[in-house]
Amino acid sequence: MTESILVNIDDKEVAVPKGTLVVDAAKRVDNDIPVFCYHPKLDPVGMCRMCLVEVGTPLRDKETGEMMFEENGQPTINWMPNLQTACTMVVSDGMCIRTTTSQVTRARKDVVEFLLTSHPLDCPVCDKGGECPLQNLTMSHGSSESRFLLEEKMNIEKHVPLGDLIFLDRERCIQCARCTRFQDELVGDSVIGFDERGRSLQIITHSDPGFDSYFSGNTTDICPVGALTTTDFRFGARPWELAHTPSVCPHCPVGCNLHINTRRSGQDGNWSIKRVMPRQNEQVNEIWICDKGRFGHHFVNNSDRLTAPMVRRHGELVETSWDVALGLVSEKLQSSNGSIAGIAGERLSNEDLFAFRNLIQVNEGSVSQWPGLLGGGDLVQKVGVGVDTDLAKLGSDTAILVIASDLSEEAPLWWFKVRQAATKLGASLDKSRAALIVANARETKLDKIAKYCVRYNYGDEVRTILALSHAVSDGNTGIMGSIAANDNDDVIAAAKAISAAKNLIIIYGGEGQSYAASNALAQACSNLLIAKGNVGKKDNGLIPVWTHCNTQGAWDMGVKPAGVSATEFVADADVILLAGADPVGDGEPLPENSFVVVSELFKTKTAISADVVLPAQAFVEREGSYTTGDRRVQRFYPALPCSENVLPDWEIFQRIANEMGVGDVSAGPAAVMRQISLQVPQYRDISYENLAAVEEQWPDIGGEDSYYGGTGFQNTGGLGVQTLSLIESGFSVSPGDVDPIGLATGELLGVPVTVLYDRGSTFVKSEIMNSRISDPYIEINVGDALTHNVTDGDMVSLILNGKERELIARVSNDVPQGAVLIPRSMDGPMLRGVVPVNINTIDHGSKE
Amino acid sequence: MTEYLLLRHRNRGEENIADLDTYLSLGGFEAYERVVTTMTPQEVIDIVKASGLRGRGGAGFPTGVKWSFLSDRFPRYVVANSDESEPGTFKDREIMEQNPFQFLEGLMICAYAAQAEVAYNYCRGEFWELTQVLESKVRQLNDRGLLGRRIFDTDYSLQINHHLGAGAYICGEESALLESIEGKLGQPRLKPPFPADRGLYQLPTVVNNTETLTNVPLIISRGPEWYKSIGTEKSCGPKIMCLSGHAKHPGNYETPLGITFRELIFDLAGGIRDDKALKAIMPSGASAPFLPASDEVLDTPLTYEDIPKIGSQLGSASIILLDETVDISWAALKTMKFFEHESCGKCTPCREGTYWMYHLLGRINSDKAEQADVDLLGEVAQQVVGKCLCPLGDFATSAVFSGIELFQQDFNLHIATAVNGKDDSNTK
Ligand SMILES: Cc1cc2nc3c(=O)[nH]c(=O)nc-3n(C[C@H](O)[C@H](O)[C@H](O)COP(=O)(O)O)c2cc1C
Ligand code: SF4
Ligand code: SF4
Ligand code: SF4
Ligand code: FES
Repeated sequence: MTESILVNIDDKEVAVPKGTLVVDAAKRVDNDIPVFCYHPKLDPVGMCRMCLVEVGTPLRDKETGEMMFEENGQPTINWMPNLQTACTMVVSDGMCIRTTTSQVTRARKDVVEFLLTSHPLDCPVCDKGGECPLQNLTMSHGSSESRFLLEEKMNIEKHVPLGDLIFLDRERCIQCARCTRFQDELVGDSVIGFDERGRSLQIITHSDPGFDSYFSGNTTDICPVGALTTTDFRFGARPWELAHTPSVCPHCPVGCNLHINTRRSGQDGNWSIKRVMPRQNEQVNEIWICDKGRFGHHFVNNSDRLTAPMVRRHGELVETSWDVALGLVSEKLQSSNGSIAGIAGERLSNEDLFAFRNLIQVNEGSVSQWPGLLGGGDLVQKVGVGVDTDLAKLGSDTAILVIASDLSEEAPLWWFKVRQAATKLGASLDKSRAALIVANARETKLDKIAKYCVRYNYGDEVRTILALSHAVSDGNTGIMGSIAANDNDDVIAAAKAISAAKNLIIIYGGEGQSYAASNALAQACSNLLIAKGNVGKKDNGLIPVWTHCNTQGAWDMGVKPAGVSATEFVADADVILLAGADPVGDGEPLPENSFVVVSELFKTKTAISADVVLPAQAFVEREGSYTTGDRRVQRFYPALPCSENVLPDWEIFQRIANEMGVGDVSAGPAAVMRQISLQVPQYRDISYENLAAVEEQWPDIGGEDSYYGGTGFQNTGGLGVQTLSLIESGFSVSPGDVDPIGLATGELLGVPVTVLYDRGSTFVKSEIMNSRISDPYIEINVGDALTHNVTDGDMVSLILNGKERELIARVSNDVPQGAVLIPRSMDGPMLRGVVPVNINTIDHGSKE
Repeated sequence: MTEYLLLRHRNRGEENIADLDTYLSLGGFEAYERVVTTMTPQEVIDIVKASGLRGRGGAGFPTGVKWSFLSDRFPRYVVANSDESEPGTFKDREIMEQNPFQFLEGLMICAYAAQAEVAYNYCRGEFWELTQVLESKVRQLNDRGLLGRRIFDTDYSLQINHHLGAGAYICGEESALLESIEGKLGQPRLKPPFPADRGLYQLPTVVNNTETLTNVPLIISRGPEWYKSIGTEKSCGPKIMCLSGHAKHPGNYETPLGITFRELIFDLAGGIRDDKALKAIMPSGASAPFLPASDEVLDTPLTYEDIPKIGSQLGSASIILLDETVDISWAALKTMKFFEHESCGKCTPCREGTYWMYHLLGRINSDKAEQADVDLLGEVAQQVVGKCLCPLGDFATSAVFSGIELFQQDFNLHIATAVNGKDDSNTK
């Protein structure tokens, strides 16, 4: 515990931890010292001078060091001659602060006046109007009269694109540097900065494409004025017209909390999403989201959406009623004698997955997870990271090992948080940093912030962990399956750091992994954690970097990967039931003569070839819950109305079961969660009520007062609840065998990797992101490119899963020799592990 | 003046002191050798402390005390501040052009005292040719083994790098200067932490003015007691006074600290050009308040302690003389133009206030202002002073406050013209 000290703010005594800033100390007693540049997530800079206060310290006798007192017994206070910035001043014992004197009031008025001398009168058309700190502080501290001559105002550019996502209005900028500090300090993408000086000081971008950062949208939230706006929301609506709904991001396993703003159009009466903002959840995403989460919501409104149930008649899919469609499905299921295969997508909610599995199970069919690329979900249930771990707050007593993951692409907010842990410069300089160990076959963004990097060849992931384990256990083979490190200095150095650390977190990803390999990797990681005792407690344990938002939920609901392609999995089934899964689109065809039922949002390839198609609601149209990779169950709420003809998946499956007489339809998703809590042990304490609970969070950002700007941050929808790992629930867990895995061989090996801006169906439909989403491509090493006569940007052809594909080749130094990186979800077939590939350049001349 | 201590090249017989062999033959680098081979860093710091040397960059902070503040972390850096950006300052340039080795020797002794193995000399961009010359001098020192690895066969190594500014006054401020060396936009940092704790690349750093450092070899070779005997008790040693404006003989004058304005202006510099009357003095370039040319002022000694008593600062002793023909409201306008142009823009009062004050002064000088505008000018200055992140904001208000207070008639004249102009138009 940090020591607590007493300070006096406007004659009120407050106890605050040592090291607290005056501005934060005041906030704790609801004294909002006005700020512009200060933001509790950023290092103080003292630039705007809005927070000036009077500060005094107790006078001490020079000789004895004893405090001196007035006649009335009060300590004698030595008031500083100049006002001080409350945002940079750290409290000291007995410090006195005055925030209401005429001097302070005057200073606030003065700074607001100064800011307004160069500010435009844009409020009536400004996106920030209504939730603007400058507006608010002008109202509360400013003067009502203007002494500055309008003719002397500097008129500057108002529509400066900093890239295709963010616009700058130079006139509105108050030069607070929140945006640049966010990018420099927290993200490490220093792609925007100040140029010029004095009144010409302006934000510019120096990347190509402009403002090239996955986190760019956050700057528009923390900008205290309307200077930065997103292309998405710019001039789109006024804040007070918006409806607010808490939600959860469906794009990755982090589960960032979202705040969705919707509005009903005055023209057609339709509701639409106007803006997606982060919702504060300190443990999950703090007050940040990545640009995929912010801008990747446009699929909801897409015209490809299914709107009514359909059945195949005379070879054609025709619209029908739910009764007819569900009647047909239950009939088929009943007559199938258990020859049923169910495939459910990892992006479905827990409620959907639970209802789906129940339906298949009562019919004695088998279920699998789609796409189910990675293994280890059962191990995560056992030794997953301890409850209440906050990656950003890990300190020097913790080692973080990341293997087979480019976190910045796969789980941006985890990357963001790990970066804080690995780079933050506390008061004690680098003594507060966690030791980040990055193991991967190639260099990724993580390497820049890592303390130790371990390189291996694709396929050697498990071996690398075993070697590390061996070195950690100091040669004694106490750790299951460990093998000698063969004098690999990097491995030995990393092992030393692991041995030295009190806490250990292992984050394993899916780069180059097959299901079997990933299972073995998770097992090897778990064994190391168990052997070192780094399980079952905060700041310790295993974190999977799943490929989808609710993969963990799928495991928990008993929907596990089959370990094989969908084609193989369904081979003998008479009836195939799919929900949120498009194997046909991903190159895994279904048998011609099975009866195929699809529950979907869109007319996917699987849907248009099915026998029955059931339209499902998107996550923003309904309630539900997702479980993050670190096992936090979180609720999302309906933000948009939905046609009555489109149903949530759970209800579809429960209605089928009901039709068949093997189950009831729940009253709502909360009731489904009640059933889950009865049947799934880890969820026994979870209910919609406790998922919706909110506690006070610190720093307190957002809320009605817009103190730091951005009303969106306020969390009214719940912080979610983490499920206990088995070991936290008191069970003992022992290491398991690490199954050997076969390695692919070949001159060139295709390696599946994840990129954030992929061509997945929920993302590629966001048109504003189109310029950032690449055409399908592969990445190849310089030497291999030379051998195969490929130059950067060439179209090449590649046989993948038996099909020829044409893609762009990017030639790069970062790709290891012999590897061809093939990004997942790039319109191509599903790659279930490393496969040998052949590359041919396409001679367009002869083809024509 | 019998002997030049800083502008040594002006001494008869030492003209060619910018040549390394000549400098060496005259005892150059003996102090440095003695320091590196026989003294501990602490001993060097103690000597400099005892000498009473104060920083010549403007603030007059005791140099030895500054060196003793370094945090206990390594590596450390030392930086010579040769930005020389204050209007009316031109002393560091003459030192570096004519007596470069004494300056470099001072920098090297400072580096040893700070246990820094890398030193920088930060020069204003306009000094690019001079910087090339200095770089070749540094190469010579490397060739002679005075810089480089294991100097004089000790464990001490040192290299000197040069860095050029890009034309910003604020980069003379030490923390903005450090940002600039780091390749960032030149803006001051918040203090504390001070450079001695978190300086260049967040490591302990000493920043000293070029002239300050040029004193150091003298102190080592002749001893602190000798040094203290020059100047006054609180302002010791020789100082280069940069005299410009309406002086009959403008230029650099090296004198002991403590001579009076009168002695400098009338005895040494021959008085005022065309024998006009002296109206005002800007004792520290654009940064400090105007002084009226009263007897009290003229008889004030040029020291760090005496000039504040009459309402201004010695600063870097860039003394600009204004004769009777000068309209002080015009001088204030020019000064404000400078600050409006040089404000880095980091903090609100300075960024917006200098712009506003510049426009108000412009209005006054073009006879379009009313008395209310002059009052507003004073209020705006009041809104700026004491509220900025670095001293530049305060500097910018000096000319306004002192101008209005001491030379109100100059402002009144413009207001009267404006009023008359209006009356004229009314009667027409
Ligand atoms: C706006 C501003 C400009 C400055 N310009 C210079 C300069 O050009 N040269 C200089 O030596 N010091 C300058 N200083 C002072 C430096 O910040 C610093 O105090 C000095 O370099 C310390 O050296 P000294 O202790 O040897 O004087 C400036 C300070 C301010 C606030
Ligand atoms: S940023 Fe705020 S104060 Fe500025 S125009 Fe917009 S709403 Fe008005
Ligand atoms: S754009 Fe916004 S956040 Fe960035 S400096 Fe300007 S006002 Fe501050
Ligand atoms: S006072 Fe002026 S120069 Fe100094 S930080 Fe503020 S804006 Fe920049
Ligand atoms: S200076 Fe404190 S909030 Fe800006």
